[in-house]
Amino acid sequence: MTASAKPAASSSAPQYKVLGTRPIRHDGTDKVTGRAIYAADLHLPGMAYGRVIRSPHAHARIRSIDFSAALALPGVLAVTSAADMPDLKNKFADLGEGRVNLAHLGANCLAQGKVLYRGHAVAAVAAVSPHVAEEAAKLVRIEYEPLPAVTWVLDAMKPNAPLLHDDVFTESMGQLSDKPSNVSRHIHFEQGDVQRGFAQADVVIEREYRTASVHQGYIEPHACTALWNQDGHVTIWTATQGSFSCRQQVAELLELPVSRVTVVPCEIGGGFGGKIPIYLEPVAVLLSRKCGRPVKLTMTRSDVFEGTGPTPGSFVRVKLGATRDGKLVAGEAWLAYDAGAFPGGMIGPGCMCVFSCYEIPHARVDGYDVCLNKPKTAAYRAPGATQAAFACESVIDELAERLNIDPIEFRLKNAAKEGTRRVDGPVYPRIGLVEVLEAARASEHWNTPLAGPWRGRGVAAGYWFNIGLKSSASASVNADGTVTLVEGSTDIGGTRTSVAMQLAETLGIAAEDVRPQVADTDSVGYTDVTGGSRVTFATGLAAYQVGLDIRRQMAERAALLWECDPALVRFEDGVFRTDGRSITFKELAAKLHATGGPVVGRAAVDPEGPTHGFGAHIVDVEVDPDTGKVTILRYTAVQDAGKAVHPSYVEGQMQGGTVQGIGWALNEEYWFDDRGQMRNASFLDYRMPTALDVPMIETIIVEVPNPDHPYGVRGVGETPIVPPPAALANAIYRATGVRLRELPMSPPRVWAALAAAGKSS
Amino acid sequence: MATVYIPAALRELTEGVECVKVEASTVRQVIAALEARWPALQGRLRQQDELAAGLAVSIDGAISSRGLLARVGPESEVHFIPAIGGG
Repeated sequence: MTASAKPAASSSAPQYKVLGTRPIRHDGTDKVTGRAIYAADLHLPGMAYGRVIRSPHAHARIRSIDFSAALALPGVLAVTSAADMPDLKNKFADLGEGRVNLAHLGANCLAQGKVLYRGHAVAAVAAVSPHVAEEAAKLVRIEYEPLPAVTWVLDAMKPNAPLLHDDVFTESMGQLSDKPSNVSRHIHFEQGDVQRGFAQADVVIEREYRTASVHQGYIEPHACTALWNQDGHVTIWTATQGSFSCRQQVAELLELPVSRVTVVPCEIGGGFGGKIPIYLEPVAVLLSRKCGRPVKLTMTRSDVFEGTGPTPGSFVRVKLGATRDGKLVAGEAWLAYDAGAFPGGMIGPGCMCVFSCYEIPHARVDGYDVCLNKPKTAAYRAPGATQAAFACESVIDELAERLNIDPIEFRLKNAAKEGTRRVDGPVYPRIGLVEVLEAARASEHWNTPLAGPWRGRGVAAGYWFNIGLKSSASASVNADGTVTLVEGSTDIGGTRTSVAMQLAETLGIAAEDVRPQVADTDSVGYTDVTGGSRVTFATGLAAYQVGLDIRRQMAERAALLWECDPALVRFEDGVFRTDGRSITFKELAAKLHATGGPVVGRAAVDPEGPTHGFGAHIVDVEVDPDTGKVTILRYTAVQDAGKAVHPSYVEGQMQGGTVQGIGWALNEEYWFDDRGQMRNASFLDYRMPTALDVPMIETIIVEVPNPDHPYGVRGVGETPIVPPPAALANAIYRATGVRLRELPMSPPRVWAALAAAGKSS
Repeated sequence: MATVYIPAALRELTEGVECVKVEASTVRQVIAALEARWPALQGRLRQQDELAAGLAVSIDGAISSRGLLARVGPESEVHFIPAIGGG
């Protein structure tokens, strides 16, 4: 699907034999033949089937739960509710990506006292078959006292808004407000003298933007099976982005030692951040403890929409000032993001990303994390950055137009680079935004005229941090010269292969000679979640170090064979050498049993991030003035990958992220009625892009190596979702003369905007 | 000495001071020095001998996962920023 994918090579670039090639993915055959085991595929002897009962109300007090009729139904094995959960008030746990309030985490899995959104899990049953479980669920009598609900972020911030929690206060750098509030956090950044900065500006533009909640839309609904064994050990087979994070969340919620919980990660049908939190797992464990059987729980698509984390809806106001020669001098941003039903949304990264592409000497950012009656938000590819970029990149486009400067040139004039101080404080190291913008400016797309009525071209930039965190790996050398790699990163985007390739490069063998395995939590060292675009960077670093460990041990074996000092053995291109003698990795592998036994390499790493991923997108659209429909004619995504380990996967990430950003921009939204009920909780009514809606997404990979990784890897998965909404809004403006400032820019909304401007028929 | 940037939301507690030079070799020592100079900062950057919930520390542009134990060099630049994850 990629039209242009030639990495911008430099003459001093290292020459690799494996990195930069496109081997067939190791898990490909199982996936295309249907043999891969996903969580819902699992069947165990004596397995029971669970069903979760969910709230029909957006906000209500739970007066009573009566299981008697359900328990009287033949075939029902167990029931559970929050009454079976330990009291976790005021307990916190560090789950790798930050500290989590366990009471809130538990109450999101099974409601405590109140339901806070439609679809909130309240109780569950287990039975001998899915059908009996479904019937039993209908017999559970739950009495509610409905309460007023609020689903728009600015409404939830009002003093008279329905209050979700009486124990949530506004926290601002460790200080709590006097009264409970739906606003759970205030973030404030400031650098320079903002007032003085705006006084220096020749042009100032201030605009407001709104975005709807959208879902990650992974094709595989959540599913898990849990077994509370007679010896008290718990095993969970699940679809998760982080088996160790899942283990810790379940252990903390149920007050079990982590060593009593084993999480077996199944293949995963997409996650995009949405499969980092747990939902079903503790419920299945509680049911299994009660009935003594393994219990499987699966979600329907409606359950997924109504009961799991979307990304925040948002309100963002951005004000930027520039001099007439096109230099940004001041910026101000005010962001309010949904947290959903419980505190802890994406406002932090939203505030950090809003001006992350630019050098702005005087800037101020205020952000608010706001609880309201929607599902608890979850990470979604570059969480918080897309909403912020929609606002900032739209104002940047307006400034460029007002100043009569080419929009890419304007961005280049102000692009963040090495030494730029971010508004949140830190200074960038070597980054690749300038190279990305230059590649966009030089692209065939940008230099091809776009003609025709109702057509326009837009451009936008985007940023995501890309994080480090902990990874473990080990590998054993087989007698046939292959290597079995064991890692703990669940594979949601081809990382088995991108990690295996780094081990292969280090050992001088073919990628196909490494067999990567994703292990359960008892079979590999601690590894943080697959998220934050970290796996190819951090677990790849672990694989590199495993390779060095194996090389060291193999060199000792070669020295034994040659009766020389191991320090005299060199390793080049998969061959060990000393004083005119040589032996290949494969030849030496065959001699391990005779030279001391197995060779096993291991590594555990905790690299510091961020690695800084920048992208720029160009899009051509045609707008139908009669319907408001936006048709994408051409789309090009440009991104700095650091080093593209497997270019096809990099292109795939760029294309996938772009398409999700297009859906967010043009069609997707949680549609709530006046009772706070989501009315489009199916793929029939929640409109995601299909292959018929988008053209081929062209890709241009830029490679500015990350100096903090031996192969220059930066991570690529999240940045590409950031620019699309702004790029499309800017393209729609060029096509119609009308600026859209609310997502989605769906046909009715575009048509209404054209009509208001007197431009529709 | 390390250069420590005071988060904007706390500058009203530091008489408007935006950054200070601090003699410290760990983040714990950095915070202790800040708290000694401005007692009103107690409880704002760390709670129960851990970084405050939702907070991360950036040292020379890199976010450390070691919290209060993170090492600080004599020329380091230290920032307290929101914790970030990813999808």
